[in-house]
Amino acid sequence: MSLSVQNISCLRAGRAIFENLSFDLKKGDCLVLRGPNGSGKTTLLKTLAGILPSATGEIHCDPAQISYAGHLDAIKAQLTVRENLTFWAGIYDAGNLDRVLSEFDLTTLADRYGQTLSAGQRRRLGLARMILTECQIWLLDEPTNSLDAEHAAIFAKAVNKHCSNGGVAVLSSHIDLHIPNTQTLDLSDFAPTGATETDPFLQGGFS
Amino acid sequence: MKSLFLRDIKLAFRSGGGFGLTLAFFLIVILFVPLGVGADNAILARIAPGILWIGAILSCLLSLDRIFQLDFEDGTLEALATSPLPLESIAASKAAAHWITTGLPLTIIAPLLAYLLQLPYAGYFWLISSLLIGTPALSFIGTFAAAVTVGVKRGGLLLSLLVLPLYIPTLIFGAQTVIRATISLNPMPALLLTVGISLFSIALMPFACALALKVNLK
Amino acid sequence: MSLWEYANPVKFMALSGRVLPVLTIMSAVLLVAGLIWGFFFTPDDYKQGSTVKIIFLHVPAAMMAINAWVMMLVASLIWLIRRHHVSALAAKAAAPIGITMTLIAIATGAIWGKPTWGTYWEWDPRLTAFMILLVFYLGYIALWEAIEDKDTAADLTSILCMVGSVFALLSRYAVNFWSQGLHQGASLSLDKEQHVDNAFYFPLLVCIGAFILLFFTLVLLRTRTEIRLRRAVALANRRNSHG
Repeated sequence: MSLSVQNISCLRAGRAIFENLSFDLKKGDCLVLRGPNGSGKTTLLKTLAGILPSATGEIHCDPAQISYAGHLDAIKAQLTVRENLTFWAGIYDAGNLDRVLSEFDLTTLADRYGQTLSAGQRRRLGLARMILTECQIWLLDEPTNSLDAEHAAIFAKAVNKHCSNGGVAVLSSHIDLHIPNTQTLDLSDFAPTGATETDPFLQGGFS
Repeated sequence: MKSLFLRDIKLAFRSGGGFGLTLAFFLIVILFVPLGVGADNAILARIAPGILWIGAILSCLLSLDRIFQLDFEDGTLEALATSPLPLESIAASKAAAHWITTGLPLTIIAPLLAYLLQLPYAGYFWLISSLLIGTPALSFIGTFAAAVTVGVKRGGLLLSLLVLPLYIPTLIFGAQTVIRATISLNPMPALLLTVGISLFSIALMPFACALALKVNLK
Repeated sequence: MSLWEYANPVKFMALSGRVLPVLTIMSAVLLVAGLIWGFFFTPDDYKQGSTVKIIFLHVPAAMMAINAWVMMLVASLIWLIRRHHVSALAAKAAAPIGITMTLIAIATGAIWGKPTWGTYWEWDPRLTAFMILLVFYLGYIALWEAIEDKDTAADLTSILCMVGSVFALLSRYAVNFWSQGLHQGASLSLDKEQHVDNAFYFPLLVCIGAFILLFFTLVLLRTRTEIRLRRAVALANRRNSHG
């Protein structure tokens, strides 16, 4: 399983966010995205996930192997933790709920409703979905937000295990997760030069 | 797809799911008619088919903005879009779940409300058939309009403005089925046209819906 | 050099800037000529008297009300398939013109209806169909207004226009079906074109031509305004992003 990206550029509302970005991830690689706010970490992850189009270049991967977790945890307040996971298990045709629950320290919360969970618990449930999907490529947007040090470590271990089993992970994070074999990509290196006008309405005059 | 369908039905019945509201709204609309036009049984019997169909459409409208809005706000829609499930299946499953929790219950209580409105006996069979066949069209067309407006904040009013014109053919064919039955005309052509519009919506709306969702997830 | 080159905003502005004055003069001349011919140099109808002369406004407006929607549909499809920004803006520009034509058709129809059938409004299938067209236009315009990002708005309105066209057409036939049951043997037929004689026919053709030109003039004018607006917003965005 690999994820290879060549010369992609992304536009938001007619403005370039980053340009000519390329990287190549093989089995077991973990890529951490860095960069200031607005440098396009979320945009890149959404582009890799196929939600946003890329204006140029190519992305090579198997879309069926992609599992994406955005800023929001995709948790239903009126469903219990177990029901939430059962739903995703059904979508991905996967099993083994109990193993996933225990891996993210959720077993004792299994019958709690989504609306009663704390921010950190919600985040863990959101991440538990990633393991459940059994997809090889994980795309994670700020996964450690609202996690305490203990659960951040549990998460880092899960990513590590995923990668050592041959998976690929791309994540954006402000804190250092101490995951071995990580590569770092600073998105500010790919900031648009402004040389290319992207918005067709910027050309010409008013008459 | 089954998983999504079952979850949507489950959510509709949980607290805040709004299942009961639809039926209560239908009841209130029907109650308003005699209060508004007077308790003249002959007039009520004459307008009952149209009122029941309009009431069903308005009640159906209430729950349309929940189809995608809640999933959009909590990130579920984005996660679903990256899942192996195609957007077309997501749309079809959502529309089907909306019909089970809205169109079907409305059809079931319609005869009771029809009795209150003095609907002639000849109309009952055709009322139930036309609603049973026509309400899936309402759900599938409504799901499309919900997909178009999902990115608009407080888009409920806009959704109504977009979807009601699209409901015109369904309303005409559905209500005509019942009207023709009550005035001893052959209701069959109208019912067949209702079948047509329903099949057409079920077949094509999920694709239009997927197009709109793709744009709104950007 | 293909036709599509003109879908680029700069090229479009240059071309439309040259075409617009010519179109404006042509449509003004045709409109004045057609209406004067129609109003003052045609005989009164033996049954309806001079009231019949409102067809010189009514018929062209009604035709353009429908044609404007068709043009919006074509422009929307071009946007969805070929992503030409001018096309999306032309569709947006045509909608308010289409709705105005619809309103003119309904209003002149009402004014004509009073002396002819003794009522301003009748739920005749044709009148009803125009009322339905009006609400389709309203929904389309409301969607453009509601969405902040203009490219997203262009996408969604195009999809709505596509689906709406199908349902508008279905509604047209549904309305015919609907009126059979209610008004048996339609006592009031609106098919006036069928018994228009030559004295009316030629000035009517001139008026229809004038309305077509007027429509294109207005669409060009409004599209140019929309392009300028987009350019102003794009420039403001660029200035903000460069600090």
